[in-house]
Amino acid sequence: MIRRQRWLGPAMFMPAIVYIVALVGVPFVMAFLYSVSDAKVGSVSYHFVGLQNFVSILHNPAFRRALQNSFVFTITSQVLVLIGANILALSLKEAFPGRRFFRFLILLPWVAPVSIGSLGWKWILDSLYSVISWVLVRFHLVNQYDTPMWLGEPKLAMMSVILVHTWHMLPFATVILLAGLTAIPKDIPEAAAVDGAGFFRTTFQITIPMMLPIINVAVLFGAIFTFTDMTVIYILTRGGPYDTTQVIPTEAFFAGILGSDLAEGAAISIFLVPLLVIAAYFVLRSAHRAEVT
Amino acid sequence: MARRRLTWMLPRIMMWLVRIFFAVVLAFPFYWMLITTFKRNTDLNNLKNNPFLFTEPPTLDHLRLLFHETLFPRWVLNTMFAGLIVVIITLLLALPAAYALARLTGEWGTRLGIGVFLTYLVPPTLLFIPLSKVVSFLGLQDSLWSIIVVYPTFTIPFSTWLLMGFFKSIPRDLEDAAMVDGLTQWGAFVKLMIPMSTSGILTVVIFAFTLVTQEFVYALTFISSAAHQTVGVGVPTFLVRGDVYYWGSLMAACLITSLPIGFLYNLFLDRFIEGFTVGAVK
Repeated sequence: MIRRQRWLGPAMFMPAIVYIVALVGVPFVMAFLYSVSDAKVGSVSYHFVGLQNFVSILHNPAFRRALQNSFVFTITSQVLVLIGANILALSLKEAFPGRRFFRFLILLPWVAPVSIGSLGWKWILDSLYSVISWVLVRFHLVNQYDTPMWLGEPKLAMMSVILVHTWHMLPFATVILLAGLTAIPKDIPEAAAVDGAGFFRTTFQITIPMMLPIINVAVLFGAIFTFTDMTVIYILTRGGPYDTTQVIPTEAFFAGILGSDLAEGAAISIFLVPLLVIAAYFVLRSAHRAEVT
Repeated sequence: MARRRLTWMLPRIMMWLVRIFFAVVLAFPFYWMLITTFKRNTDLNNLKNNPFLFTEPPTLDHLRLLFHETLFPRWVLNTMFAGLIVVIITLLLALPAAYALARLTGEWGTRLGIGVFLTYLVPPTLLFIPLSKVVSFLGLQDSLWSIIVVYPTFTIPFSTWLLMGFFKSIPRDLEDAAMVDGLTQWGAFVKLMIPMSTSGILTVVIFAFTLVTQEFVYALTFISSAAHQTVGVGVPTFLVRGDVYYWGSLMAACLITSLPIGFLYNLFLDRFIEGFTVGAVK
């Protein structure tokens, strides 16, 4: 019999746990403490002010707008991602000549740094030299002297940041769905085909229902990464024009970091927590299911 | 027969159309960076010129400006340095933790592993305000070391989770046999398990490194001087002077940064995705 040292396990995982507790757990608690205080960047003392920050931000129309935008931003882009990723994953499932090259091109928006990709879009959506506007002018779809202000007009700006974020997240959802597709036993769709089901029937009645658990994973992580992200919006519009594209993370950044109001910024970012709790619940549930089976 | 052929052909043609459509749309910004990098300013700024073509001969001026007159080379070095240290910290902490949670702690090891993984979900935009206080408490504000200390908070959880999967896939008997032959548990970990999981370790190295290059929020929050920045923040925030965008050099910087990182990441992406899909795919 081999003697196992009981202290070795804890000794090996404790450093990692301590690191994470110190730099994730402690700040997580601090975020809650700040949100019920009047902390500023320079202040050293701590005054408990109860829910005052929450009351004041909920009365602030700019915050309510950001909260609403966060949902519009997340839901719209995730719906688009889900539709696009399902179609794209199905088209990439089978081997075909040039598959690796196509995969590389398709993955670029996710694997390249998102701030850099967004900057590329900022140039494509430039107010004067936008290539999209150039094409539209060329086909006489818009007037040469009245080209769309992709990032300067509230509705267009919101649409632009949503589409750029969709562009960034689409490859991630696609590879997750691809992992699910390859895990479906080949003989099931084949049996359906033998029984007379066509391509569309097989896809909608067999493949997609079997994919549901993995689609949930893609949506879960996609929603978190979208709801909590500020990079695309920060680079493309900085929340403008007139704060019409602000979302919760950018509001928290402008109030808490640039505005030095730690308490207000923390209170704003606390609005990200409910989604995290829901996500954590689903991760735990699916992990539990994996353990049981 | 003709109808049969049509039902066979139609999905295939559609598949190709879909592939080409998505590839063009998704890769377009990178193609656009490439075109812009080599275009003269006068060509870029002339609305009469077809932007898809080179009306004037191509130029290397933007690249010259980028490498000689901006902080871009410095940012690349900063990023590589930070990436290297973060990778070392990650391996030092995640390797033993993953092994312990996979092998030494039984039932609740897995649960603790899931708990560690969950911390990966806590976003920078929730933690940046308290962390900015922590960073200044540690005296690291406006230093590259601020992000070197903070980045392992998201590389360790993910790497531990991935490595746990790797260690679990190695048969227990191998380890037991080595220990019967006289190795201690720690010896088995160092001399047997680590060499056997080189591909897992390589995956972690690539991920920790690419995550460092991709992170934006923390670097933007903690570092204010241009000279201490990483590529991901330096290019979009400090390469823009006043309101003037030097699009040629900007796009050159974008291209040079995204292609190598994209290529590296792409090689290991499937392993990364496995980390997310545990439980949903069997």
